[in-house]
Amino acid sequence: MEREVLFRIRRFDGDKSYWQDFRFTAKRGMTVLDGLYYIKENLDGSLAFRASCRMGVCGSCAVKINGKPRLACETQILDIGSTLEIEPLDNMPVLKDLIVDMDDFFRKHEAVKPYLMREDDDYENPKELLQTPKELHAYYDFTLCIKCGACYSACPASATRSDYLGPAAITAAYRFCADSRDEGKEERLSLVSGSEGVWRCHFNAECSEVCPKSIEPAKAVQKMRLMSAIHMIKSIFR
Amino acid sequence: MEVIKHDIVIIGAGLAGLRAAIAAAEKSREVSIALISKTYPIRCHSVCAEGGTAAVLREDEGDSFDLHGWDTVKGADFLADQDAVEFFVREIPKEILRLDNWGCPWSRREDGKIAQRAFGGQSFNRTVFAADRTGFHEVHTLYERSLMYPNITRYDEYFVTNLFIEDNAVKGVSAIHLKTGELAFFNAKAVILATGGAGRLYGFTTYSHQVTGDGLAIAYRAGVPLKDMEFVQFHPTGLIPSGILMTEACRGEGGYLRNRNGERFMEKYAPERMELAPRDVVARAMWTEIIEGRGFEGPYGPYIALDLTHLGEEKIEERLPLIRDAARKFAGIDPVEEPIPVKPVAHYTMGGVHTNMWTETPVRGLYAAGEVAAVSIHGANRLGSNSTAECLVFGRVAGEKAVEFVQGKRFSEITRDEMLAEEKRLFDEFLGRSGDENPYEIKKELNEVMDRHFWIFRTGEEMKEGIKKIQELKRRYGNIEIVDKKRGFNTDLMQAMEIGFMLDLAETVAVGAYARTESRGAHYRLDYPKRDDENWLKHTLAYYTPEGPKLEYIPVTITKWQPVERKY
Repeated sequence: MEREVLFRIRRFDGDKSYWQDFRFTAKRGMTVLDGLYYIKENLDGSLAFRASCRMGVCGSCAVKINGKPRLACETQILDIGSTLEIEPLDNMPVLKDLIVDMDDFFRKHEAVKPYLMREDDDYENPKELLQTPKELHAYYDFTLCIKCGACYSACPASATRSDYLGPAAITAAYRFCADSRDEGKEERLSLVSGSEGVWRCHFNAECSEVCPKSIEPAKAVQKMRLMSAIHMIKSIFR
Repeated sequence: MEVIKHDIVIIGAGLAGLRAAIAAAEKSREVSIALISKTYPIRCHSVCAEGGTAAVLREDEGDSFDLHGWDTVKGADFLADQDAVEFFVREIPKEILRLDNWGCPWSRREDGKIAQRAFGGQSFNRTVFAADRTGFHEVHTLYERSLMYPNITRYDEYFVTNLFIEDNAVKGVSAIHLKTGELAFFNAKAVILATGGAGRLYGFTTYSHQVTGDGLAIAYRAGVPLKDMEFVQFHPTGLIPSGILMTEACRGEGGYLRNRNGERFMEKYAPERMELAPRDVVARAMWTEIIEGRGFEGPYGPYIALDLTHLGEEKIEERLPLIRDAARKFAGIDPVEEPIPVKPVAHYTMGGVHTNMWTETPVRGLYAAGEVAAVSIHGANRLGSNSTAECLVFGRVAGEKAVEFVQGKRFSEITRDEMLAEEKRLFDEFLGRSGDENPYEIKKELNEVMDRHFWIFRTGEEMKEGIKKIQELKRRYGNIEIVDKKRGFNTDLMQAMEIGFMLDLAETVAVGAYARTESRGAHYRLDYPKRDDENWLKHTLAYYTPEGPKLEYIPVTITKWQPVERKY
């Protein structure tokens, strides 16, 4: 099956922003990323976008397709329709065409100390830690975040406050707090409980709606809020 | 232009690069470490590794270092250096435990210990895994751990263009800062290459778009020899039509391969190991079935069925969730209900920058680790789950060796003349040139040549024709035009350069393969179907010359395993 499609792409060349139309024939099985490559290789080599794994695990190619953040690599063109409006993600500065600056997004992830913290950490002599399948399942889904930025793009709190950590970073914090091997919960909680953390979330769950890995960042934020509340009450009585 | 200084510069932030950075930072909090990558680190191709990482964890349950070593050497068709293999198998268990201590969500047994599964060519269930997203979890664990060290400075989205060497010692690299389009020069006492393989030489491939062999090509052009480039691994099961990897764990967990008659044809080719024979054996068997007309017919040509339907939904969800998700999204098939359409696919570059077992190249201060390097532990055919293991072990070695090397050393600066020459080469002579060739058309034709002339079965005549075609593409490449003339985030410029790298690398694969008149591991010649230890138990070294690669040969290190006939 094939059909002529229209890609309307929002472009930015460093100076000006404009829409450009490209028409071509899309075959069944062709993804939006395949379409972007088709344009770059055959119609306009200057079109800039990010891509890497083309199988939904690296997080490079998140863009807005007909208004919704998605991974271009796993979106079938013919599933979307005949006209596709493609734009860069929101809430991050556009560098060129579909490429946004993610430095700040990654700094926020870094800020929540997203790594296992243990008193007995011994680089030279690591020891096997025990964790049952049940303990693994308690946090495993939240390890699947690919940091594509789709949630951050859809987040109304991130849109209005640039200092808000955002759903991906808070999910990362929760992922480690919920890991039975970790001992860094207190430290991390104090990082996400502040004014730029969990209490800023509007809880309209757009993040969970758009997450390509079905992680439900909104759930992580909510669980983190509960942990944070308990932490605050405890610290009052300490 | 910007001039930056670090004791150690690491190029590439996949498994090997990240591991090297952590090792260097652990060894010394004083040395300054730059971690340069052309993407953000977690966008590297290592995240695509699925099946697992081999390690001897349970000697009490019957595994041993000798067994892992023997499996690896035999799998390699005896082209691996055995001293390196012995070192490698002893080091990897510690790496598994380190990742455990750093938060990797390893799949677990009921008793809470790290689980292990079966893999092709491994005679014990020694493959450690995190569902079928092992590479993804390993990369994220290492990336997150790397954030703890203040002496690691990251340079994300910098595209490395050149290596500067003087008196056979490395002194730095140049890189385009993609965001601004400006050229940056990094002076360094030691440089570690960790840029991965060259899988995008092929059209039907499991590799990410950006695995274009940049590090290999830059080293090669700077005079560093590439080793054993003719050995390219074809993974048996690439999803049709995209080439996305359907992990060997599908078979490790009990999946079958079937031809159009419904037969598990591996019983003809490897009666003992069946679907769990090494990759070269399985890939050739599948291709033979296809050539002889026993493949299924589909809209994208003939294919083989990867049948998981008997495993049941629960096991598939638990052990192979990514496979199910990918098969549904990219082929419209639910493997719980229907077999997956697959065929062999380009998957791994056994060859690479020539190093010894300490990751040292012939250039002082230049190290290479991971897929970019040929240590060599994979020889003519890599066993599944040994590549992520390699990145961890030799990434660590490279990081530590580099720290030892830089102690007490002085910087040797990249000169002003060298900087100006590089600027001129990139922006005036390359970006500024006008021509009438589209670089992407050249890439497409290169992919077709590799898929046709340097595929699973090779002949001298076909390869000779292929070499001619590659040389013609190189000539045409001299006449390309890059349409995007702006500096900031010029992906057109970057990709045009990558295509130039690929052309040089294709030539090393082609010329090395044509010269090797035997069949060994993944290099199989219909006109020389036998392994020839008398003449060819040796490594190929390819040196750059303007006329094409010049070949030399060096012996293979044999310690305790004498070559025998390879049967499964």
